[in-house]
Amino acid sequence: MVASDYAASGERAGVSPRPRLEATSPRYGEKAIKAFLFSCAALSVAITTAIVISLLLPTASFFEQVSPVEFLTGTEWAPAFADASFGVLPIVVGTLTVVFWALIVAIPVGLASGIYLAEYAPRHVRKVIKPALEVLAGIPTVAIGLFALVFLRPLVEDVLPFLEWRGPFSVGVAGIAVGLMIVPLISSISDDAMRSVPGGLREGAYALGATKFEVSTRVVFPAAISGIVAAIVLAASRAIGETMVVLLAAGASPNLTFDPTASILTMTAFIGQTATGDIATGTIQYDTIFAVGALLFVMTLTMNLFAIRLVRRFREIYE
Amino acid sequence: MADEGTPRSAQLAVAGARSATRDALTASSHQDRVTGAVFFALLLLGLGTALLGLVTILIWSFVEGAPRLDAELITNGPSTLSPETAGFRTAILGSIYVILGVIVLIVPLGVGAAIYLEEYADPERWWNRVIELNIQNLAGVPSIVYGILGLAFIVRGPLDLGFVVAAASLTVALLVLPTVIIASREAIRAVPRSIREGALALGATEWQTTSRQVLPIAVPGILTGVILAVARAIGEAAPLLLVGAVTFATFNPSLFEGGYSTLPVLIYNYASRPQEEFRVLAAAGVIVMLVLLLAMNSFAVWLRNRYEQNW
Amino acid sequence: MQTPQIDSARIAETSHGLERSEIERREKVFTVSDLAVHYGGMPAIEEVTLDVHRNTVTAFIGPSGCGKSTFIRCFNRMNDLIPAAKVSGTVLYHGADLYGRDVDPVEVRRRIGMVFQKPNPFPKSIYDNVAFGPRVLSMKGSLDERVEGALRHAALWEEVKDRLKDSALGLSGGQQQRLCIARCLAVEPDVILMDEPASALDPISTTRIEDLMHGLKREYTIVIVTHNMQQAARVADMTAFFSVVVAEDGSARRGVLVEYDTTAKIFTTPSDKRTEDYVTGRFG
Repeated sequence: MVASDYAASGERAGVSPRPRLEATSPRYGEKAIKAFLFSCAALSVAITTAIVISLLLPTASFFEQVSPVEFLTGTEWAPAFADASFGVLPIVVGTLTVVFWALIVAIPVGLASGIYLAEYAPRHVRKVIKPALEVLAGIPTVAIGLFALVFLRPLVEDVLPFLEWRGPFSVGVAGIAVGLMIVPLISSISDDAMRSVPGGLREGAYALGATKFEVSTRVVFPAAISGIVAAIVLAASRAIGETMVVLLAAGASPNLTFDPTASILTMTAFIGQTATGDIATGTIQYDTIFAVGALLFVMTLTMNLFAIRLVRRFREIYE
Repeated sequence: MADEGTPRSAQLAVAGARSATRDALTASSHQDRVTGAVFFALLLLGLGTALLGLVTILIWSFVEGAPRLDAELITNGPSTLSPETAGFRTAILGSIYVILGVIVLIVPLGVGAAIYLEEYADPERWWNRVIELNIQNLAGVPSIVYGILGLAFIVRGPLDLGFVVAAASLTVALLVLPTVIIASREAIRAVPRSIREGALALGATEWQTTSRQVLPIAVPGILTGVILAVARAIGEAAPLLLVGAVTFATFNPSLFEGGYSTLPVLIYNYASRPQEEFRVLAAAGVIVMLVLLLAMNSFAVWLRNRYEQNW
Repeated sequence: MQTPQIDSARIAETSHGLERSEIERREKVFTVSDLAVHYGGMPAIEEVTLDVHRNTVTAFIGPSGCGKSTFIRCFNRMNDLIPAAKVSGTVLYHGADLYGRDVDPVEVRRRIGMVFQKPNPFPKSIYDNVAFGPRVLSMKGSLDERVEGALRHAALWEEVKDRLKDSALGLSGGQQQRLCIARCLAVEPDVILMDEPASALDPISTTRIEDLMHGLKREYTIVIVTHNMQQAARVADMTAFFSVVVAEDGSARRGVLVEYDTTAKIFTTPSDKRTEDYVTGRFG
């Protein structure tokens, strides 16, 4: 009972008055704060909607002039030419080739690092290695692009002189640089996944006489597999979206080729270089930025949703 | 334990039994040990490659850019004609302006969203799940798509700010917002429930509990998240290409007018020129960025270690 | 081998509980009718009906999982914090429905305070811990006096009066729990709920808290959950025994109120066999 209860209703002998439990003030401050905080959170929905709209409208206008079939299956990409062609395959293949070479580097290196961190690293070593990999993740992509162009490219040519090297650009070299860049993604997510595997599983295996190698590869790794796959998918998605490294090191010509020494154009590089050029709004060249952007967005969104689903299912099992 | 009375055959039998048991107990056959060693070597090889790559990038940047580490790097503006004296002044200023704008935006919006999701939102409600899914997705959208968003909505479109610093701040803020939200949520979640319950049980309102008990404890973690987001924002170039970071701004920027440039974009511009001197200049710019990022990350790590509380 | 029998009669002899007639003379603070709590559709505790009287100590005892902690949290609307929890039935507080439509949980918690099982001092100074309640409730008057008064009431003042600015986390477990009690007293509640307040403490601290309860009940109404029967016998006037009911197919477990009576009666001549089995140590 508080003083206001007594004041309000006067005392009856021996019995406390009925307390007033309604809020003493309407607490507008609380409501306003809650509304503000909600709008901060809901902003995320607004951003996604804005992205979708910003991509959708010019893309729709684009497809009024170019058929989706020609866009998705054509092999000539020359949107700026007078006699323009809009077949997107060269730049899609360019992107996927970069991702291919990136994963060739990143999957073994990333998984090896992840397994080492999760299963083998003593505590003081882990404390040094994990931040070191974070540093690798934090290096600006322009720096990595410059590194690929000026250092890696000549180095790879020296190591593999029998390939046909022309010009300073190479999709393979750019891919390797992107691969190095995404290693921390794979190593840290798979490290988390493997560490979430309950200790009981490991101990049971050791008790049956398994070696550390067997426990790591036959117990922990399979148990963490959906987290590990999610890590790889997320890393691939990141590689697809990378712009600066490919702008500097992969080239600017939309060649449809699988040759690792070739100069190619990725979707991101196309967007980047076209936007910095002079194009008038409302032209079809301008709309191609958005059409390619929409394709890029759909690709990465699908992969991210898949990875999120995998991680969720993984958490359900182990947490 | 053999003594003189025990027959030789019995001694041999005991020794044999002992060694067989010992082998069975130590359980690792020769082949197992080889496999284990080879595997461990492969792991170290992979890890070593990553670390070698890291060290190579860092050392190479310093070696390549060292010739141009002079005062003119920071005092001079950009130039296409004389790479030996060109500098990054306008771009550094542009970066500072853009980052200040980013900080002003991401702290209230990001921390606010994190507070809502951790303290007020009922996770069973569908709209809260939509919000969470959105934040997770936005964290994975390629940075250049944010540039497209900026071009369509901020530079042109509804906000129509033009190719200005404010547009860049807004675009980059949206890009790093998920990072701040996720880090802040973790910091808030780390505050034990018992503190909240104790405050609420005394008759405090939700906001009183959040502002007076939860947030003060979560501040170091939130600050770490903000610093990491800012570090990321400093290095972003791709979205800025689309919102008008004119790669050759020879003038000092202002907030809402005129063109601007930022450090990574100017580095990109210098780097894409064929002359050797420009490459060196670009690498020198990289050194400046790396030093700045190293300082920020070290500060964030120091913060985390200093204020980490073990509940 | 014989399971050692607990001599419940001798426990009852040491009890300081009030007589039934005295208890019933005091006004009812809580009237609970057919209360049930469900978590996501599954019942945690059901069919609880009892009254709590002014200036008494009421103890809830029973085996683990019988829902006594869930039940006590109904009195100060702390179950509101769990979105999946649904409370049905009525809880009247001095005749007012605690779960009425316009009732503000903040107002409820101003009047009905709670001390938790594990001491949860805020990571602030001792002074700021006790002052937090009066500050957020904008209570008038000298803050220093309130803090000193609450700390004296909680039998902690002498030990901390020279170090009020020190961090509360530097206190021992028993001191921290008394600090939490002082924190609760500082807002001048009507009722104090205690959810196993001494279970995380050593025996000496436990005795101090129990002695505190004897003093506090002169001004406050106290409800305590305890898994320690001797404690209930030492401090409580009325004791409620809860037990677990398992569904026929063994799937669902829920708690029910088995018996509610004066402490003396529960421990000497319980009416229900389940009560007798529990207090004599035959199970639980």
